[in-house]
Amino acid sequence: MSERILEMKSITKTFPGVKALDDVKLDVRKGEIHALIGENGAGKSTLMKVLSGVHPYGTYEGDILFQDKRCEFKNINQSEELGIVIIHQELALIPELSIAENIFLGNEQATKGVINWNKTIIETRALLKKVRLNVEPEEKIKNLGVGQQQLVEIAKALSKKVKLLILDEPTAALNEEDSENLLKLLKEFREQGMTSILISHKLKELLKVSNSITVLRDGQTIRTYRRTEEEVTETMIIKEMVGRDLTELFPDRVHNIKDNVVFEVKDWSAYHPLDVERQILHNVNLHVKQGEIIGIAGLMGAGRTELAMSLFGKSYGKKITGTIKKNGQEVSFKTVDQAIKSGVAYVSENRKEFGLILIDDVKNNLTLANLDRISKNNVLNTSKEVVEAESIKKRMNVKTPSIQQKIVNLSGGNQQKVVLGKWIFTDPDVLILDEPTRGIDVGAKFEIYKIINDLAEKGKSIIMISSELPELMGMCDRIYTLCEGEITGDIAAKDATQETLMTYMTEKGRS
Amino acid sequence: MEGLKQLLSNNVRKFGMIIALIGIALLFQILTDGILLTPLNVTNIIMQNSYIIVLAIGMMLIIITGEIDLSVGSVAAFVGAVAGVLMVTMDFPVFAGILICLAIGAIIGAWQGFWVAYVNIPSFIVTLAGMLIFRGLTLVVLQGQTIAPFPDGFRGLSSAFVPDVFGGEGEIQLFTVVVGIVLSVVYILSELKIRRTDLKYDFKTISFPLFIVKLVVFTIVINLFTYVLAQYEGIPYVLIVLFVLIIGYTFVMNKTVIGRHIYAVGGNANAAQLSGIKTKKMKFWVFVNMGVLAALCGMIFAGRLNAATPQAGNLFELDAIAAAVIGGASFTGGVGTVFGAVIGALVMGVLNNGMSLMGIGIDWQQAIKGLVLLAAVAFDVLNKNK
Repeated sequence: MSERILEMKSITKTFPGVKALDDVKLDVRKGEIHALIGENGAGKSTLMKVLSGVHPYGTYEGDILFQDKRCEFKNINQSEELGIVIIHQELALIPELSIAENIFLGNEQATKGVINWNKTIIETRALLKKVRLNVEPEEKIKNLGVGQQQLVEIAKALSKKVKLLILDEPTAALNEEDSENLLKLLKEFREQGMTSILISHKLKELLKVSNSITVLRDGQTIRTYRRTEEEVTETMIIKEMVGRDLTELFPDRVHNIKDNVVFEVKDWSAYHPLDVERQILHNVNLHVKQGEIIGIAGLMGAGRTELAMSLFGKSYGKKITGTIKKNGQEVSFKTVDQAIKSGVAYVSENRKEFGLILIDDVKNNLTLANLDRISKNNVLNTSKEVVEAESIKKRMNVKTPSIQQKIVNLSGGNQQKVVLGKWIFTDPDVLILDEPTRGIDVGAKFEIYKIINDLAEKGKSIIMISSELPELMGMCDRIYTLCEGEITGDIAAKDATQETLMTYMTEKGRS
Repeated sequence: MEGLKQLLSNNVRKFGMIIALIGIALLFQILTDGILLTPLNVTNIIMQNSYIIVLAIGMMLIIITGEIDLSVGSVAAFVGAVAGVLMVTMDFPVFAGILICLAIGAIIGAWQGFWVAYVNIPSFIVTLAGMLIFRGLTLVVLQGQTIAPFPDGFRGLSSAFVPDVFGGEGEIQLFTVVVGIVLSVVYILSELKIRRTDLKYDFKTISFPLFIVKLVVFTIVINLFTYVLAQYEGIPYVLIVLFVLIIGYTFVMNKTVIGRHIYAVGGNANAAQLSGIKTKKMKFWVFVNMGVLAALCGMIFAGRLNAATPQAGNLFELDAIAAAVIGGASFTGGVGTVFGAVIGALVMGVLNNGMSLMGIGIDWQQAIKGLVLLAAVAFDVLNKNK
């Protein structure tokens, strides 16, 4: 049990402007299930990408020792050759191909380029038996459920003679039963001597199956628990995951909260747009007062973005039910247009895909959501447009040589300021900010915080979604926690600790 | 000088194609011993390419939204056929006939737009089907025959000239020269007005000497052009149609909310949707617009041929797409200008005309045009990667 299979030593990986991994070490013993845990953005996935060769040797610093041999993987094939297989969060199966074809994709059972289908099918059958999936090898992937697809991924890993299996959030998209099965299977494999690394947000699950737990935070290894040697509890892990101080990261704010509720959501439910049986949001209730900043905390997959987009002109989901009240009046937004007109703005978490037109310039992006303001009878007043765009640029402190600069050429922080500016230009009463500081540096973050505070002071109501708990605690007046589509808590920010938030975020039905 | 450099480097693409057009024209001017730019031939180039320019404008809008329309040639043929039946066989009055034909174009556009925008079928498929459907219907309407001749009023649309109201005798058509002068005055006044607003708002402007140079150059170009036309028969009616279309569509694309929305839909449909733009509706109407322009193209072509024939409009869609692409459209959407499409169409048109004058066979013409198309796009891609 104590023989070491993998050792990662002082791994440091830098992306432009961000240190994603800082002197990380990971020590995995043979035949164990090793849990890797940390907040969103703590560096778990990056570490696994370094290990599997997605980030090739040379783009990071540090050493990887696998079975006591130094490894310098240039690509994913080289790591797979040694038996290190990673199963990503987003499944990488091709829906239109059969199970057998997917399992042996890139590893076809062929002689001189001609595929031996009989061999392929027979081997697939054996593999499917191992993962207890009772489906014909010829079945197409698209006809399988998510849980079954997950099993196919594992079968595929087995076909590669896997020694170390890495699973990135394998149960995130699975229901209770499928999750149980999967974990049971992992335990069986452990008995047969296989080692796995399990990345998950679900603490209970990890505590149930893991032998060791490594906690990452902000790209650093906090500690590794050996559960045979010491007692570990959920609270201990949560503390390690979030345990950092709120330093002077947040600008001062003039509180100017009025008593009137500007925006209120009642019994809001929605279903997955493609899988209409799957309920994503369950009777969500929330409200925000004038001048108030509320936060929505939730782990990945909790339905934060889905909630925001479904509220914003039904941009997400099917079978949406529930009511929205704006200043006490019931309103219904059938389209985004209506939502904007009645004073709601949504800043998407993904500015490149949903927020900006990258090939267009700063000016056109700033004015796009409210062209009415600079036009008369549909004819644009381009002079007025330039004046308005310049004034927003100044207000947001967007650093660009000119408003005619193409958005692609701006830094992430400045792009984000343009997105915010674009929505401020629509003069909203309610701003829904989805991860407003994702992927931007500390300086730009501070500026964005200042803008948000300023908006609240001027009487706007802000709903802020963020994966970073300290950010929510530093900025918000109240924080709602969202877990699997349900609001599980409504906590005054001054009373909130990261531990309590994390508890509410991971546990349904506590409140 | 800095200003000029800046101006040029910012607009390599825009100026690139104009320079290419001028280069090609000069090349053939030399190769054809000066025939290319004779008054007769310049008039010819305009009339030969008028219907492609009309299509290219519509195609540019389609490509800007990130779609494609392969059916325009067939639609043009179909509308031409209907025009023949209406005006030749059934003796409809010309004006009513034209209106009905434009309406038919709009309906066809709406049909294709519906499938593309609301049913989410790729436009390649929808319009490939349309290409077959309307070619087939053309044969049905014409019963495989050619219908001719059209009434004079209809033919005038594509082959008559504005008469000289000043009754100028001799070599020069006075009216055309006057039009040139009037246009230059309008141009100078509008430029001055724009400059005044720019200065008022303290916008960036080109330096005053450069501004004067620009005015002089364009004034000379306008008057040279009308002077050349005046030496032949003057201004063809179809040129007025083109002028109105180019000015109108440039205005819509640059100066209206609709234009901005079209660019946004092509630039990033998701972001446009979340900015409150009705992306489906936008796509639908762009196809309706294409239908109307294809109908206009069909009528101009039928009028020029003075016949409605089953083969009309063959491969027009490819000429229109090539014109748009040479003129700066990108298949990923969101990029392109109406003016660019016109330049693109003229590049192809001058190539065609020049090679014909030189007696180069249709076989080599096709091959050379293909290479030019590829070169234009390659130039653009390489330029972007720089």
